[in-house]
Amino acid sequence: MNSLQRILTLILKEFSMVLRDPKSRLVVILPPILQFFVFGFAATYDLIDVRYAVLDQSRTVQSRELLARFEGSENFRLVASLASNSQIPEMIDTEKARLVITIPADFSKKVLRGEQAEIQVIADGRNSNVAAIALGYVNAIVQQQASSFLQGRGQPLTEPSLELVNRAWFNENLVSRWYIVTALGGVISMIIVMILSSLSVAREREFGTFDQLLVAPFRPFEILIGKAIPPIVFGLFDALLLSGAAVVFFKIPFHGTVSALVVILTVFMVAVVGVGLFVSSLSTTMQQALLGSFVIMMPAVILGGFTTPIENMPAWLQTATYLNPLRYVVYGLREIFLAGGDLASIWSLLWPMACIAALTLPLAGWMFRRRTT
Amino acid sequence: MNEKSSSRMRLTGFLKKETIQILRDPSSLLLGIVMPVVLLFIFGYGVSLDPKNVPLAMVLEDSGPEARELAARFELSPYFKPHRVYSVAEAKELVNSGEVGGILILPSDFSAQLTKEFRAEVQLVLNGMDANRARLIQGYGQGTISKWLEIRRARGEDGIRSPITVRQRIWFNESVDSTNFLVPGLLTLIMTLTGTLLTALVIAREWERGTMEALLATPITPGEILLGKIIPYFILGMTGMLLSVTLGVFLFDVPLRGSLLVLIALSGLFLLASLGIGLLISSASRVQFVAAMVSVIAGFLPAFFLSGLLFDLESTPRLVQIISYIIPARYFVTISQTIFLAGNVWSTLLPAAGLLAVMAAVLLGATRKKLVRRLPQ
Repeated sequence: MNSLQRILTLILKEFSMVLRDPKSRLVVILPPILQFFVFGFAATYDLIDVRYAVLDQSRTVQSRELLARFEGSENFRLVASLASNSQIPEMIDTEKARLVITIPADFSKKVLRGEQAEIQVIADGRNSNVAAIALGYVNAIVQQQASSFLQGRGQPLTEPSLELVNRAWFNENLVSRWYIVTALGGVISMIIVMILSSLSVAREREFGTFDQLLVAPFRPFEILIGKAIPPIVFGLFDALLLSGAAVVFFKIPFHGTVSALVVILTVFMVAVVGVGLFVSSLSTTMQQALLGSFVIMMPAVILGGFTTPIENMPAWLQTATYLNPLRYVVYGLREIFLAGGDLASIWSLLWPMACIAALTLPLAGWMFRRRTT
Repeated sequence: MNEKSSSRMRLTGFLKKETIQILRDPSSLLLGIVMPVVLLFIFGYGVSLDPKNVPLAMVLEDSGPEARELAARFELSPYFKPHRVYSVAEAKELVNSGEVGGILILPSDFSAQLTKEFRAEVQLVLNGMDANRARLIQGYGQGTISKWLEIRRARGEDGIRSPITVRQRIWFNESVDSTNFLVPGLLTLIMTLTGTLLTALVIAREWERGTMEALLATPITPGEILLGKIIPYFILGMTGMLLSVTLGVFLFDVPLRGSLLVLIALSGLFLLASLGIGLLISSASRVQFVAAMVSVIAGFLPAFFLSGLLFDLESTPRLVQIISYIIPARYFVTISQTIFLAGNVWSTLLPAAGLLAVMAAVLLGATRKKLVRRLPQ
């Protein structure tokens, strides 16, 4: 038997280990797809239907005009009209409303006199990101009303006013779902691949079959390839499927080239399998492998720029993220989907992942023989 | 020997075995004790949703005093780190290579327009790939400009003001520091790790290795097996929790406005529900590989995505919201953020705690039922 045949036998055996049991077949194929949809819809920083309450102490045409703008906005949903200040803490504390807008009694008097009227907005800061975004929406609506008051007065503009013209490239309407969902396929397939590869050697160790494999006429690199290929195939299949779903179901534009997508995902999968097999080669039980892969995956996901931007991290931590394979694929997927990346533009992301694979895979192969139970 | 004392003896023996199994395997202690500390440091020092020092390419097409003054305001702002470039083309290049987050353009007629027409335009072009970040940066840009106008006004270079201003207050987190809500949310992840992931394999392992059949041949009852599996992991999980709270409060200055005792009690409830998920998966699947996959898919990932830890649940489609109601982590994120930032608000805490208690009872009850089953044929 030549080397190629031996590797092929091993690969077939690895595939049948996962696919012959109906339960494990199910957990490898179905959940990634379901998750993609549920999490794809769940993962957004944009707000709709922010519950708010109103304390209108002015009760005039002017205050109602302002409030009508909130009622007409799809970002807000009115839940209560309050009668006094004392009701505010209860609304916020119990999360009945996330914003309380107070219009003071002298509001329209001041507006009509041309003075500056002040309204008060209280926001629930338990999730301060939500609060900051919601207050941004409030300010935009209030400024619309302010300029309509100015126009109504027919007053010539004597105050210097500056208009900030905002434009966003690659995502004109700033849909935060585009940011998350482009990278979601990479993250979900990484989790699947990492678990598959980390369990593969550990399972054989726990059952004692790995020693048999070692005494069989296989060279360590043949075992390594045989163990590496099946998770790569599963992962690539998942990741490509999810990328397709991102375009078809979430209507995310795909400006880049398919070849760049396939290449970056393949290199990424090889790097992840390298890390997974390395963890596996260190473990003697499946529990150690699962927990070990989580000890690596949790920081990798949190520091991969998937949900929280790497640019917001302190400099030393940004440097540390260069060791994280997820960082490159998350950045690369966004580049390919939104900015139209092709093979040439993602090249700088490929070689660091290749280096990670070139380091971890031989290390895993070497550990196969070193660590025996 | 009466029944009661022999039961206690069986349980003690079984507990001893479980404890030894945890202590001799470094991976459980790594996940239960070391991991919370690592995650807390990452969240406390590293992860933030608040942009600071955003690098901007600044194109000053106008060199009038007003333009230079506004440029200086941007340079002084803690949110921006502008550096001057001399053409829009050059700036575009920098955005495409990712070196800067956006471009600030003060057009050539800026000062003239502002002094003559009282109206001028500033352009802020951002890389919108990270939409949330871009939106926050736009807000900071607006804020910097407003502040500058206010300063001019104070110097008396001004006529009338905008007819309405908004005085905004953010309760519970005045400084809008995302660490303050990420650290309480992190407790949820830490206890899900210990509760669900660590225990997912412990019953499946006994089945797969054949030791469960041996256990069933002894006088030990299913209830005792269950207790023996719960108690050691409960202690491990609560240790990790207390460690995280201590670090969060003393190292990262997250306020703890409610009572620590209430937090501990409700964390205990959540940990029981998490243990319920892990043990149910373990006893239902009986195969470690399947148990490992399911615990990640049904236990861990929903705790991250569907708990409101990071993403706002109320802005998601109806169906996703409905699914989130059966995720225990959802209730604990509310509990933890409320106790830390708002205090003991019973009308929020009690319903959430009640639901967690029901979930824990149902999940552990179902696990016990699964354990009663005799050997597979």
